[in-house]
Amino acid sequence: MENALNEKSFQDKIDEGISIEPKDWMPETYRKHVLRQISQHAHSEIIGMQPEGNWITRAPSLRRKMVLLAKVQDEAGHGLYLYSAAESMGVTRDELLDQLHTGKAKYSSIFNYPTLTWADIGAVGWLVDGAAIMNQVMLQRTSYGPYARAMVRICKEESFHQRQGFEIMTVLSEGSSEQKEMAQDALNRWWWPSLMMFGPPDEESPNSANALKWKIKREGNDELRQRFVNQTVPQAAILGLKVPDTDLKWNEAKKGYDFGTPNWAEFKNVISGNGPCNKERIANKIHSHKEGAWVREAAEAYAAKKNKASIAA
Amino acid sequence: MSDNQGILWEVFVQTKPGLPHKHCGSIHGHDKEMALQNARDLYTRRNEGTNIWIIPASEIVASSPEDTGSFFEPANDKVYRHPTFYKIADGITHM
Ligand SMILES: [Fe+2]
Ligand SMILES: [Fe+2]
Repeated sequence: MENALNEKSFQDKIDEGISIEPKDWMPETYRKHVLRQISQHAHSEIIGMQPEGNWITRAPSLRRKMVLLAKVQDEAGHGLYLYSAAESMGVTRDELLDQLHTGKAKYSSIFNYPTLTWADIGAVGWLVDGAAIMNQVMLQRTSYGPYARAMVRICKEESFHQRQGFEIMTVLSEGSSEQKEMAQDALNRWWWPSLMMFGPPDEESPNSANALKWKIKREGNDELRQRFVNQTVPQAAILGLKVPDTDLKWNEAKKGYDFGTPNWAEFKNVISGNGPCNKERIANKIHSHKEGAWVREAAEAYAAKKNKASIAA
Repeated sequence: MSDNQGILWEVFVQTKPGLPHKHCGSIHGHDKEMALQNARDLYTRRNEGTNIWIIPASEIVASSPEDTGSFFEPANDKVYRHPTFYKIADGITHM
């Protein structure tokens, strides 16, 4: 009875657009849903550093290297904002990391694809950050307060990420025929995985209905995907590149593009651990966590020593 | 334990001299110097601040959401604390 009352006033709050804060009453299903989404999002930022980090030492100029370093550092920051938002729900940082390392928690399937050439760094900034931004702009108004506030910070920082990627693509597509080919090849490989970033079609997505009812998300996967296609296709045209979709066609009636269906079997396969780089990504993450253990130990010992000294004094 | 990330600190950033410090998020750190440097690296990478406060999250005392109604209720019937409560003759300015 009390629970039903709580649930009613919780939904009323959501409907009125009042944000939910950590100590507010919330249904256990809401808490689980939001926590899972924030933790997946945090892990995606952290794992997402790897495909780009792969090119930092080989960036073609000092300018590109500085930019890429700054971008990857931003992504680390995004992971930290999001881990903090998750921690506000009572889970510890160690638990979150453990879930990632043991494969219990997922992250965006896009980061399990390899960055084979420098053009991939352009395509990732343009398409992957572009798709992420579309999702994150919506999440600035998500119902869980700490998550929404993290998103506001993240969105401010994202704006250069997509631009630097598009700039790389522009330079390559105006370059030699080999460079142009490289840009086209990157687009060919990153296009479909980018469309998959919005998640499966709403009618097949088990979480979509609750996510909308609780205003965790404000728009469906298909709606966001459509907007991304509408926005990105003209950008590809400006680059003089061809979007690898034979079904792509302007539809005047809906004022948007019709486009083909992503390979959802591939999506399921990658997300369940069998993409080209899943094993490597997690192995790298665990390795660097272990390599950093001595730093954490030293910091803790130093803090304990100083604590003792200040108590004695 | 070796996997410890340090305690949680709340971070408050002043964006310009003269403005109040505003909560902007949290950070882990083993001691206050480290937490302060981590906060700088995480929250002011683009010159967002002129000053930072950090406070151990466990030291923050907050009112509880369940009591919000009764906790803030005493202020409800004291409308005379607002300038709009008072009738002032027409023609009076600068008041
Ligand atoms: Fe990010
Ligand atoms: Fe980004």
